Amino acid sequence: MPLLEVEQLKVHYPLRRGLLGRVVGTVKAVDGVDLTVNAAETVGLVGESGCGKSTLGRAILRLTPPTSGRVRFEQEDLLALSGRDLRARRRRIQMIFQDPFGSLDPRLTAGDSIGEALEIHRLTPHRTARSTRIAALLESVGLTAAHAQRYPQELSGGQRQRIGIARALAVEPRLMVCDEPVSALDVSVQAQVVNLLQDLQRSHGIAYLFISHDLAVVRHLCQRVAVMYLGRIVETGPTAEICTAPRHPYTQALLAAVPSLDPSRRLRRLLLPGEMPSPIHPPTGCPFHPRCPVAEARCRTETPLLRTSTDASHRVACHLVPSP
Amino acid sequence: MPLLEIRDLCLDLHGTRVVDGLSLTLEPGQSLCLVGESGCGKSVTALSLARLLDSPPASYPRGEIHLAGQNVLQLDSRALRQLRGAVVSYVFQEPGASLNPILRVGSQIREALQIHRPEAANDDEVLRLLRLVGIPAPEMRARDYPHQLSGGMQQRLALALALATRPQLLVADEPTTALDVTIQAQIIDLLRRLQRELGMAILLITHNLGLVADVADHVAVMYAGEIVETGPPDSLLHDPSHPYTRALLASVPDLHTPVTRLLNIPGAVPTPGQWPPGCRFAPRCPISRPSCTQVHPQLLPDPHASPPGRLTRCPWTSPSTAVPG
Repeated sequence: MPLLEVEQLKVHYPLRRGLLGRVVGTVKAVDGVDLTVNAAETVGLVGESGCGKSTLGRAILRLTPPTSGRVRFEQEDLLALSGRDLRARRRRIQMIFQDPFGSLDPRLTAGDSIGEALEIHRLTPHRTARSTRIAALLESVGLTAAHAQRYPQELSGGQRQRIGIARALAVEPRLMVCDEPVSALDVSVQAQVVNLLQDLQRSHGIAYLFISHDLAVVRHLCQRVAVMYLGRIVETGPTAEICTAPRHPYTQALLAAVPSLDPSRRLRRLLLPGEMPSPIHPPTGCPFHPRCPVAEARCRTETPLLRTSTDASHRVACHLVPSP
Repeated sequence: MPLLEIRDLCLDLHGTRVVDGLSLTLEPGQSLCLVGESGCGKSVTALSLARLLDSPPASYPRGEIHLAGQNVLQLDSRALRQLRGAVVSYVFQEPGASLNPILRVGSQIREALQIHRPEAANDDEVLRLLRLVGIPAPEMRARDYPHQLSGGMQQRLALALALATRPQLLVADEPTTALDVTIQAQIIDLLRRLQRELGMAILLITHNLGLVADVADHVAVMYAGEIVETGPPDSLLHDPSHPYTRALLASVPDLHTPVTRLLNIPGAVPTPGQWPPGCRFAPRCPISRPSCTQVHPQLLPDPHASPPGRLTRCPWTSPSTAVPG
């Protein structure tokens, strides 16, 4: 059984106009996504700004209310829970963000921030036990007990991200939704945090849903990957296979756009024209067809479904990819 | 004669040294990449070329900047105004910050033209510039406000503004860092095309080593306020000679050559004012020797590099000394 099972999840926002806030349409930020994450596995969610990847991550935790669909975590439907049950369940899923400065309270020391998480979930009620636990958590993310006294503004970006991870770890999650956790960091600091995430997975058996626009980092960290475009998954499968033999024209273009240190790769750069359309006015048919170099007539009218390609684990939503 | 020549530049901010004895040259029509992590001094070096830092807090205790035959650090404010735009233009990471939010796209470009090239301040030139940077339907876009454009289109507009003055040098400070990869590829392609077609020199500031390979004729790697290694990109990226460059390359994942683990460079980049004596990378260096912490190394030709033209600050480097993972 997968740890997390997302079925046909939709997040639609009403589009309001004018003084009276009349609803004139809907923005389909996430439009029917299926996704699974197994225990102790890392699944990458990639795509460009506005493709809905962050909204999907937030909707899984119900930080953004989903419009319809199902989110099963440890075999329980998260969308059917409320109040105390939801809080207890949600403890097992934690989120870390791109900018830890925005998610840490500037008036709390690092230790207090972590302690707050312990307190909310009533994990270590006694003061002495709590400070021992905080020190252990700080050490597990590569900091020292002394960092507990520091305020966020006294810490570097990498240290703040480590505090964010320690706070998430405090409540013993089984799944961490990581939304661009290393994008704001310098390259050498990024490597330190990426290595830390790998170490924590090994020692604590945590699963990650790793949301990122950086395909090289995703290839490095993730066993499986899902590529999103305009609220839908257009291709998903084992990361190595998607990165070496992508089937969807969008995935191919996305991979080709990544700068490479290998000089032989540079000449093969494929430039994708245009930009992702606004989800307010999505194209008919395949959402990618206006930018697609191989689009045909039916791509403009029929929306392709995500279906299996070469093998059962690799699925593609493109009319032009032949069925097995 | 080089378009830009910086000699032994030292820059202090609030009395703290942030750039220390930096020298580099850039020929007309060539591109140079300054690479390094936050706080290494790459952006303040770039801003110094047109004296865009307020002084105080900025002061230049030593060194010279020669740009298009002018001694930049000696110019008065009137001559500096001439230099900005006519010789050097800038684009930055956040295009929104360099655009006027209450002026329509066309009016902004016309305003830049009126200041620097009044004879060309007409609709035809505005549309030509918008077309030059690849903005589709320029007649319509000229009537838009900046907020109506996407991030990629805003960066194209910022480029059009920078090019309106026909600069000899374009300084691009992390111009694609805020953009998605497919848009980044479009902008980088555009920069290369503009360099070729307009014969304009480019100074690109970036932390992204992949972009360096794509754009640069020449690369300089900075660490703690100084250049630690320079050379042509292919040889430098393929066979780096300074341990910091090697470590930097080993800490970034590459899409096409997967590794099981990224290199952890121990410790953190030292902040200005707290640079260690001797080699500034020595405390984090896997091959440092006792003498490294005492003698501050000079930037000297790398005897092992081929082709020649490579400079490195590490005296212990040789092609066979690999960085242990």
